[in-house]
Amino acid sequence: MTSRVTAERHAPLRQQLCKILPAFLALAALFAAWEVYVRLSGISPTTLPSPSLVLSQTWQYRQALFDNALPTLRATLSGFALSLAAAFVLSILVDFFKPLRRALFPIFIISQTLPLVAIAPLIVLWFGFGLLPKILLVALVTFFPMLVALAEGYAATDREIERLLQTMGASRWMRFRLARLPSALPYFFAGLRISITYAVVGAIFAEYAGAAKGLGIYILNAKNNFRPDLVLAAVFVSSVLTLLLFGATLLIQRLVMPWAEKPPEGGQ
Amino acid sequence: MTIPRLTLDHIACRYGDLDVLEDISLTVQPGEFVSILGPSGAGKSTIFSLLTDTVKPASGTMAFDGEPLGKRQNPFAFMPQRDALMPWRKIIDNVTLGLEVQGIKRREAREQVGALIDEFGLAGFENNYPSALSGGMRQRAALLRTVVQQRKMLLLDEPFSALDALTRTRMQTWLETMWLKHRWTAMLVTHDVREAVYLSDRIYVLSPRPAKIVRTFDIPLSRPRGRDAVSRAAATEIENAILETLFDPTGGTLP
Repeated sequence: MTSRVTAERHAPLRQQLCKILPAFLALAALFAAWEVYVRLSGISPTTLPSPSLVLSQTWQYRQALFDNALPTLRATLSGFALSLAAAFVLSILVDFFKPLRRALFPIFIISQTLPLVAIAPLIVLWFGFGLLPKILLVALVTFFPMLVALAEGYAATDREIERLLQTMGASRWMRFRLARLPSALPYFFAGLRISITYAVVGAIFAEYAGAAKGLGIYILNAKNNFRPDLVLAAVFVSSVLTLLLFGATLLIQRLVMPWAEKPPEGGQ
Repeated sequence: MTIPRLTLDHIACRYGDLDVLEDISLTVQPGEFVSILGPSGAGKSTIFSLLTDTVKPASGTMAFDGEPLGKRQNPFAFMPQRDALMPWRKIIDNVTLGLEVQGIKRREAREQVGALIDEFGLAGFENNYPSALSGGMRQRAALLRTVVQQRKMLLLDEPFSALDALTRTRMQTWLETMWLKHRWTAMLVTHDVREAVYLSDRIYVLSPRPAKIVRTFDIPLSRPRGRDAVSRAAATEIENAILETLFDPTGGTLP
């Protein structure tokens, strides 16, 4: 009896493990193939290092990688915070004043067409080697997806709910706060997840264009020293950073939107 | 003679070039349950839009308690067709929504609805999200959200149309019981003839668009209205007369 209860409680965990298992297997197969190719072909590690070499180098240079990952993480989070605040404020303004949307959206869309390779050095040129250009570049690449997600989320509000609030005598701002804003949350988190995957890359791009410290400048130095193993080690660290941030957004979404969880079986 | 709660006098309404309502006159007395019955698309819901001030009439007058219906007063509590419960609010917070909009503090609002939660069969579900509730329970929560606003009149827009037949019948019985206890002044919009006869004191039958009132039926059946053979026989007679009117609104004189 007891064991059955435990088994049932653990069932969802096992199910979740089963769900992510294929992804793990595919990833493992990819790295295995890469490892086998490097060993059999005898290719020079200064051209293509094996995954095992990259891992061992990551471990050996962990202190340097950590020291460089911190400024990147700081730039990412600051830029993302700025972008989030700007997207939120602008989404509200745009929702309340429709002409503003028609005036500003073309500019934002154009901002997304700019090649990062060209923009990053210019921003560094204008704003120096400090934190500011990194923040701006991260904000530039993450701002628009979140703004669009919020704007679409507001527009997707159930009309009957808005009409109901209207019959209750709710003001425009009240209708926004009680109906449009919560309706937009699922859309917002979808946009947030897209944005966060760009954020670290944006920060690294800015550092690549000029920085004292950071994964971007670390990658540049490793490349110039013909150390592809260290380039890939830094890439590995940046991937882990992005995945951690991605996981954090999922966690926050669960906390902010408890109603979106599957309803428990049998009502109560 | 008492002043009617609600009076519509020769109301006409159009959306752009489309004539929706041609000539609507009706009255609702305090404590009455009145239904508006008509074919789909006849403009039944438009009458509610007029009352809740989201649409303006082209002509005619509307009065509430003898005063012209204006922006200043908001005597109606509206229950929309689908329950329109907010999925992100717990049942208790959905139910107190109207009070919150009126500026009543959350704790005070919860206290106000506390006693009714039980009466509406929602006890134990206050802290559930709507997605965990059955269709019938969701409708009860939506009705509770409507009545706790303490308005002078309820507007019910096909509240049970999305429910399965069995649940709908149960909800009608339950609604009549609740109505007998509280005697809300209520106006129901529906296309379900049996539902209208079961619940109403009076039924206004609308023609297809542009709508006018083709006939008024007073329902003299005793309350509470049973579903036994004798009660059903009396109700069926009225239902048949209404169906005839619906199928042939001109009364046999085809143009």
